[in-house]
Amino acid sequence: MKNENGLKYFSLSVIWIWLIIFALLPFLLVSIVSFLSHDENHLIRLPFTLAHYIDLNNAIYLKIFEKSFYLAGLCTIICLILGYPFAYAIARMENHFKSLFILLIIIPFWTSSLIRTYSMITILKPKGIINSVLLWLGIIDKPLALLYSDIAVVIGLIYNLLPFMVLPLLTNIERLDNRLLDAARDLGANRFTTFRKITLPLTMPGIISGSILVFLPAMTIFYIPDLLGGSKSILLGNLIQNQFLVTQNWPLGSAISIVFTLLLGFLLFIYWRTMRGKEHGNLI
Amino acid sequence: MSQNIIELREVSKSIHGHDVLYNINLEVRNGEFLTLLGPSGCGKTTLLRLISGFEQPTTGKIFINGKDVAGLAPHLRHAHTVFQSYALFPHMNVVENVAFGLRCQKLPKKEIDERVAEVLKIVKLEKYALRKPEQLSGGQQQRVAIARAVVNRPLVLLLDEPLSSLDYRLRKTMQIELKQLQRKLGITFIFVTHDQEEALSMSDRVVVMQEGYIEQIGTPRQVYEDPQNLAVAKFIGEANIFDSEIVGMDGKQITVMIQGKQRMVKSTRSFTVGQKVYLLVRPEDLRVWNAEEAGDTSDMLPGVVEEVIYKGTTVDLMVRLTNNKLVAATKFFDEDDDRLEYKIGEPVWTTWSPGWEVVLPHEE
Ligand SMILES: Nc1ncnc2c1ncn2[C@@H]1O[C@H](COP(=O)(O)OP(=O)(O)O)[C@@H](O)[C@H]1O
Ligand SMILES: [Mg+2]
Repeated sequence: MKNENGLKYFSLSVIWIWLIIFALLPFLLVSIVSFLSHDENHLIRLPFTLAHYIDLNNAIYLKIFEKSFYLAGLCTIICLILGYPFAYAIARMENHFKSLFILLIIIPFWTSSLIRTYSMITILKPKGIINSVLLWLGIIDKPLALLYSDIAVVIGLIYNLLPFMVLPLLTNIERLDNRLLDAARDLGANRFTTFRKITLPLTMPGIISGSILVFLPAMTIFYIPDLLGGSKSILLGNLIQNQFLVTQNWPLGSAISIVFTLLLGFLLFIYWRTMRGKEHGNLI
Repeated sequence: MSQNIIELREVSKSIHGHDVLYNINLEVRNGEFLTLLGPSGCGKTTLLRLISGFEQPTTGKIFINGKDVAGLAPHLRHAHTVFQSYALFPHMNVVENVAFGLRCQKLPKKEIDERVAEVLKIVKLEKYALRKPEQLSGGQQQRVAIARAVVNRPLVLLLDEPLSSLDYRLRKTMQIELKQLQRKLGITFIFVTHDQEEALSMSDRVVVMQEGYIEQIGTPRQVYEDPQNLAVAKFIGEANIFDSEIVGMDGKQITVMIQGKQRMVKSTRSFTVGQKVYLLVRPEDLRVWNAEEAGDTSDMLPGVVEEVIYKGTTVDLMVRLTNNKLVAATKFFDEDDDRLEYKIGEPVWTTWSPGWEVVLPHEE
């Protein structure tokens, strides 16, 4: 008994130490940097200032924020629409098929996401696979400008992030008791009512954790808009990246990161508040 | 026909090419408490799902209230199910759970409220109307499941092992409650259990199932006192089974040879001389005497007391017969028979009253 407790405290403290070193400490560093000044010769320097936060209240940055939210939201919704039926179908499969499909979802992770994004260029470019097929089928008569557009960015994001939607949904739907669906049917609910009144509410935790897992990276993966969106497509991710690596304005990049983090923290807080008291509020 | 609320005619079912039910013929009388009894995996749930409409029979026909229900959806069959471990909707409170079926029928709100309130009163859950299932005890959850089904006014209630997840004491209470509820509602109950004691104490009739077959249908008394075959006898209660042979048939007088002793037995079946049979004697029918008490031992079987188990109202004896067979005898404490002191190793005589045995032919 004592040993078991010891193990519990040990693993808990490992998790806490891990979180402090890899999450809290970097966050604190970034916060401090965001209040520092910056000039040509110094990446960061004293004195402390609020200037960068004030700079953020600028139409360009707001626009980028807005567009990032919009694209990430769009990507999340499409992932949900694509991922839910897919996860549902897999969850209801016989066991050996199920493991095969789960393996198929996971296999792409064995290749770097960056490389897979590069390879999407060959699919989306004017003489790429999609355009060739559409031309050959006679659906279009000149190549579509898919690459270097918001469409390409959204497609790239969906391709990279869809598994993060499917996997939590899959675990949630798998746990759904078949007898509940039978019971609903026995009481005269048709498929649509059963879905709306039983399946959907009971898989809401999966929907929310999947959406969070897709939305957060969709806002901040910088190489996808970089590679597929071209120079026009500046999203939050590459905005921050540019501040650090191109214009070398570390405090501004930090300030953007902090505002973004607080915003998401606020959203999670709202989610947590609405879910509190509901026994199904656990993520994944 | 009018008497039977449900009829199954030559129904069989295979799932994924695996035969689960064979040639089921069953008539369920209106208003009765019928129990499907059989070991786990014998096809009780499958049979219930055929009646409720979640599965279709591979062959055969099912009639509910005189109507062939082939292809009819579950909610249109006037038979509602109380599922194994209840399957209450965890995100809805008691009222929402119970009102679910009525809301699906799009009844007016006023009528829904009235009917839900009425049913909650019957199952004594008015006070818990706004609780979620997880805030209820096992017995209360069970009552919600029943309320959710009966609010739709079914002709038949199908209950799949509704008591098996409750602890022993609660199960006893719920057995009585269920029985009372059935009388109050006046509808037919088809109740599934693998517990023979539960089946015997609750049912009007018991259907004994074994590996996809119906072995016997009868009142609790019939299946206990006159089992059709060895499988039923072994499943319903404890039984001592003696190998024996018919040595004389003279009208109703049957003489058998058992362990070198002749004795008279009674049976409604007919046998031929020389036929091998089993004699089945329930432990409570087996008498155990010591040498002084025994008297005429010409048709008694000698043995030695091997185990004495004191059980409060009864004493169970295990007696090793001379042919090394172990038999069980249950003795009740009563005032006429105060000698219940048996010593392990004590030589005794065992016997039973003629006619209290069941004679069963050997099965091929
Ligand atoms: N969906 C299914 N797939 C394969 N076999 C099944 C299925 N449902 C039931 N069975 C088989 O049918 C038999 C009877 O099952 P069931 O009706 O659940 O028995 P019981 O309720 O008496 O325990 C079992 O051998 C079980 O393995
Ligand atoms: Mg079962």
